[in-house]
Amino acid sequence: MIAVLLILIPLLTGLAAFFFRNEKAVRSWALFSSLATLAVSLLGLTVFKDAKYLSHQCEWMQGLGSSFAVGLDGMGQVLCLLTAVAYPIIFLSTWNSSYKRAHNFFALMLLAQAGLMGVFLAMDALLFYFFWELALIPVYFLCSQWGGERRIQVTFKFFVYTFLGSVLMLIGILYVYSHTADQSFAISSFYKADLPYSSQNWLFWLFFVAFAIKMPIFPFHTWQPDTYEQSPTATTMVLSGIMVKMGVLGLLRWLLPVLPIASYSYGDTVSRLAIIGMIYASLIAIRQDDMKRLIAYSSIAHIGLMCLTIFSENKIGFQGVMIQMFNHGVNIIGLWIMVELIERQFGTRKLSELGGLAQKAPTMAIFFVIIALANIALPLTNAFVGEFLMFTGVFTSTVTKYNILFTVLAATCIIFAAVYTLNMVRKIFYGETVALTANAKDINLNEKLALGAIVILIFWMGVYPKPMLDLTNDISDSILKISDVHHLLKK
Amino acid sequence: MNALILSAVLGVVMMFSSILLKQKSTVRGIAITGLAVLLLVNILESRGISLFKIDVSGMMHFDRFALLSISIALFATLVFFILSAKDMEKIGVDYGEYFALIFFIICGIILVASFKSLLILFLGIEIISIPLYILTGADKRNLKSNEASLKYFLMGAFSTGLMLMGIALLYGASGSFDVERMRVMVATPGVLSVAGMLLLLFSMSFKVSAAPFHFWTPDVYDGAPTAFTSFMATIVKAAVFIGFIRLFDDTFGASQEKWQVWFAVIAAATLFIGNITAVFQQSVKRMLAYSSISQAGFMLLSLYAMNVSAKEGILLYAAAYSLATIGIFAVLNKLNDYTFEGFNGLARQQPVIAAAMVIFLLSLAGIPLTAGFLAKFFMLKAVITTGSGLWLVIFAVVMAAVSVYYYFRVIQAMYFKEGNATIAASGGFKWSLVGVAALIILLGIFPNLLIYWLYF
Repeated sequence: MIAVLLILIPLLTGLAAFFFRNEKAVRSWALFSSLATLAVSLLGLTVFKDAKYLSHQCEWMQGLGSSFAVGLDGMGQVLCLLTAVAYPIIFLSTWNSSYKRAHNFFALMLLAQAGLMGVFLAMDALLFYFFWELALIPVYFLCSQWGGERRIQVTFKFFVYTFLGSVLMLIGILYVYSHTADQSFAISSFYKADLPYSSQNWLFWLFFVAFAIKMPIFPFHTWQPDTYEQSPTATTMVLSGIMVKMGVLGLLRWLLPVLPIASYSYGDTVSRLAIIGMIYASLIAIRQDDMKRLIAYSSIAHIGLMCLTIFSENKIGFQGVMIQMFNHGVNIIGLWIMVELIERQFGTRKLSELGGLAQKAPTMAIFFVIIALANIALPLTNAFVGEFLMFTGVFTSTVTKYNILFTVLAATCIIFAAVYTLNMVRKIFYGETVALTANAKDINLNEKLALGAIVILIFWMGVYPKPMLDLTNDISDSILKISDVHHLLKK
Repeated sequence: MNALILSAVLGVVMMFSSILLKQKSTVRGIAITGLAVLLLVNILESRGISLFKIDVSGMMHFDRFALLSISIALFATLVFFILSAKDMEKIGVDYGEYFALIFFIICGIILVASFKSLLILFLGIEIISIPLYILTGADKRNLKSNEASLKYFLMGAFSTGLMLMGIALLYGASGSFDVERMRVMVATPGVLSVAGMLLLLFSMSFKVSAAPFHFWTPDVYDGAPTAFTSFMATIVKAAVFIGFIRLFDDTFGASQEKWQVWFAVIAAATLFIGNITAVFQQSVKRMLAYSSISQAGFMLLSLYAMNVSAKEGILLYAAAYSLATIGIFAVLNKLNDYTFEGFNGLARQQPVIAAAMVIFLLSLAGIPLTAGFLAKFFMLKAVITTGSGLWLVIFAVVMAAVSVYYYFRVIQAMYFKEGNATIAASGGFKWSLVGVAALIILLGIFPNLLIYWLYF
């Protein structure tokens, strides 16, 4: 029931939002809807923890072997919670941004939420594919309609990229389906599918390219900085905070356990791509002047680490990835809120045109510094927990012989992260005030609320990550068990 | 059989109605009612109620597949009448005769869907083609329309010649026009039967505008009056596909491995030419002509696979493709400017129409939740379950990704570009469009609504 509600609430409220005519009303409606989703998600974590509440299955497309199966496992809980938490924060923080035809904007935002929830909840490959695409369509319209100057071409590139990836994945899904024992799209049948090594080899790339484009992993990342830059900030938050996690979830739920042998044999190749991407993106981020592009590249680096960890295939790493998915979402949304605040007030995102803001807007500076430190993964912040677990995972990996080299190379990216993040803080908040920032105002109440929520989450997860660790314990075990190559090879 | 006889009668009725009735709206009313009756009696027949008992000497057989495909064609024609019949007034003075010709074409469609003898197939194809030559040239004072009609006629006559030749060779090999007798013979192929089969393959490929027999398509579709292009590019094409699949399933089913590779090559070529050329079009009407070629490429995958999924899928494809394309043509017909720029800013002026257009375009592009996605899905599934032809499905989906480019150009023009495209549309027209869009989504979520009829 919980799982169905998580999809239905945003879907129905989103459809209803199309018919609003008053901007204020639709804003409140969207906030109300997102709070309701959050409440349901929290109920699923606390009160209705029993499996019978968390999953739902009913007949759909009989004859095709597909059913409407949704369910919350530990990873699903984490990601649904992230989606549910992020939306109220996004709506709150952009409360003062005005949009033309606001009813369409909020309706599409909510529909995107429904699609994202569906991706995280689907336990049937065809249903997963449905939601995978459905999340994309509203985002396409959001970016193309309300974005920056070059929005049409840029968003279109993004769309074609991801569409190509997903149709290739569709072929992969169909091929696995045709090799399941009971001709079914159910995830359990997929895990048991009898796939010879030779076909796993090319199937791997069909799936991986789709996920890699979404995450994005070098060299499939070229759509990302442009799209983040040109999208309206609320949509960028959805894209970078939540949508990239679709790719990570795809790897963990639909690639590793379905194609364990190929994942093992291509693990090193993918890890190398991830590391190249991390270093490359970090170096580019250092040279950026536009805040949005800087954060976009920093996101590529962070996601690269998740990919690297996934292919080191051990429990501690999996748990780190799942926790970090949540933390990365929270942190990057915090950064985007800052970008939005600065851009709305000064009309620019260029680091070179800003300076000395801390004197004029101290509260903003405090929030920004905390979020920036979380982005570098300083101890006491949430990202430290996630990244520490991930590095441990990579270091102790038994599936690759390059584990130490990978760890060292990946760790250099933390140093790079410190360089570009602190540099950004310095240029915006410290030094002499410039003409633009001379009359700067501090932040409003609703922005304080949103940022406050983020800072609480940052410290909470940084100091007491145990609830998350408990939540992700079982699912990490089960993924590892299905995708354990040593076990499979012995058989 | 019900629908066949009644549609012939209705054709004659419509012919006289243009003389006897002054009011164009009455003519239209009769046509729409007549078509609804046709649909009804056809559904009755699929439930086992036949109005006529005629001995056809086994030359036709109305099985579930035939009846369902006829129902789809009739329903699509009904939608076409509701959306575009009013616009046919603009084309010329012979309003009633257009309907008469369309009813005759429906006779042909029914023959093609149910033939058991190659003679009937030939008759059906000809009954479809000849009225189409006339409809293409219906805009008598327009040179482009005349040119299209002549081109279509000459090329069509040539392919008819090929078809007859093929049938004659097959007759020579087997001594019969009967499909069942031929199937036995094809199992041990000789020179005559292989040559006959190839000639039939080429001529049918011409009729469905598969590459490399597609050259007539863009010019004819572009030159013909838009309302008739809509009819010809959707219902007629889908119906010929049904005939195509019946021909190769019934007659040549036994030697599938011999002709399979031909379809792989034709499908790949059609997909490539249709999609790549569509990208470079400036006129939406011409883009839709190439899009019809590329969609035919996808439908050809069902001929390659020729299994249960393929047959279910082709019906779904026929419905999805026809509905969406008819909807787009109906909107296009109301615009003055057929270029992509002609759609600029339509969403501002007509939000409802633009939203319906988005559904149609997404369906053609194959985005989930629309019937178009499931149709493509069935095609891919059909090919993958044969266990071969993986390169073909990968090529097909890459081409589907290319198709996003030109379909989304229309969406971009409507929503994201400034302009003042206006449409004078009645409330009824808008609601019909919304109804069609809703149907496409409904089929995209519950394909069994359609496929169910194939088995129960």
